[in-house]
Amino acid sequence: MNTPADLRYCPSHEWVRLEGDIATVGISDHAQEELTDVVFVELPALGRSVDAGDPTAVVESVKAASDIYAPIGGEVVEVNPEVEADPSLVNTDPYGKGWIFKLRVKNAADVATLMDAAGYQAHIS
Amino acid sequence: MPVQYSSIIEEHKAVRGKVGIFDISHMGQFIVEGAGATAWLNRMLTNNIAKLGVSQGQYTLLLNERGGVIDDLIAYRTGESSYFLVVNASMIDEDFFWMASHQDEQAVLRNESDLWAGMAIQGPDAVATFSKACPGAELPPRNGIATLPSGEIVCRTGYTGEDGFEFFCPAADGIAWWDKFLAAGAAPCGLGARDTLRLEMGYPLNGNDLSPERTPIEAGLGFFCDLDKGDFIGRDVLAKQKADGPALKLTAIRYTDKGAPPRAHYPVVSAEGTVIGELASGVLSPSLMAGIGMAYLPAESAKPGTSLQIDVRGRLFPAEVVKKPFYKPAK
Repeated sequence: MNTPADLRYCPSHEWVRLEGDIATVGISDHAQEELTDVVFVELPALGRSVDAGDPTAVVESVKAASDIYAPIGGEVVEVNPEVEADPSLVNTDPYGKGWIFKLRVKNAADVATLMDAAGYQAHIS
Repeated sequence: MPVQYSSIIEEHKAVRGKVGIFDISHMGQFIVEGAGATAWLNRMLTNNIAKLGVSQGQYTLLLNERGGVIDDLIAYRTGESSYFLVVNASMIDEDFFWMASHQDEQAVLRNESDLWAGMAIQGPDAVATFSKACPGAELPPRNGIATLPSGEIVCRTGYTGEDGFEFFCPAADGIAWWDKFLAAGAAPCGLGARDTLRLEMGYPLNGNDLSPERTPIEAGLGFFCDLDKGDFIGRDVLAKQKADGPALKLTAIRYTDKGAPPRAHYPVVSAEGTVIGELASGVLSPSLMAGIGMAYLPAESAKPGTSLQIDVRGRLFPAEVVKKPFYKPAK
């Protein structure tokens, strides 16, 4: 199970990479393995304002549709058109090409309140 | 049975391309025997059971007085006046209660559901798997039933559209037989693949596509209802519906483009934008990589080629009515 040390994680299995005031969000390797076979990704509208915990995107496998929650508050400034065209990127490269959306965060310090890799590892084991 | 062992798509492809095995131990088994067994079952079930020769089986339905479906099942004739019925897991008690409450003194009904473990081995390589696991034994012909010298029951039936068989053994031997079939090449498959495989064939699932409020005529299962065999529970309702034409029809719907996987209860919307029903079943078909589903729709919207839309969380995906099955297995 791959859990990069430079990311922060939510109990609902999203990861966050903070660069300046931009947070990139995707789902963890553990989550993609549990979901298996991602066949559809529904992306949020650009410019949408979200609070931490808001359902912001949907990732679907054959089995089920799963909400992806905003890890922290902010505005959707970019979405990944590649996962819309090829949803399997969420399975094959969850921390890279499989990213889902980017937020301009309201308060970058909020990211530090999320779990680190060790905390997330403990959460899923 | 778990939803999946590896992945639904992989398991689905194992069955379409090679061979998979499903644990169906949860399904129910009833024994009916006695001098009046044939006549009684013909009053309880829709298909004509008198047409079965010994060691043959048929798909049939158990209806309520309103013609609604209590359960769909397979009835096998195991002797001149003895039958083996395989019913849906969730309906064992209700089926048994309904049948027992209409019991004929010339027929004995026994629930053996706890005695049997069951597995379905399905796919183009199923026959080879059987030969490896049961050397020297022979599979019955399509829809047939046979008892092995060691007492296990083998039925040449399934729920996938592929060749294959369903295998019933004493519950205590279930794990040993499961391991034997795995060793003989079958890939373990879960409920998820069972659903995608059956839906590609347009086979109904009781609880989704069949209900006490809908008749087999509405469900497109008139072929399995013999209205000329004499009276049976629900017959009058079916006869009238068949003569008048049903107002609603269980309709096969396929996406015409990529989209979010359709699922049960999503609204079905006409080309003009009116909600005309909801999906009874829906999946992304792993064989077609397209959304497929079935819904009870007004007869005028049930014609193949009719344009429809499926409402997924407020977003409309274009679809059309198609003929069943959605997918034809390679023979």
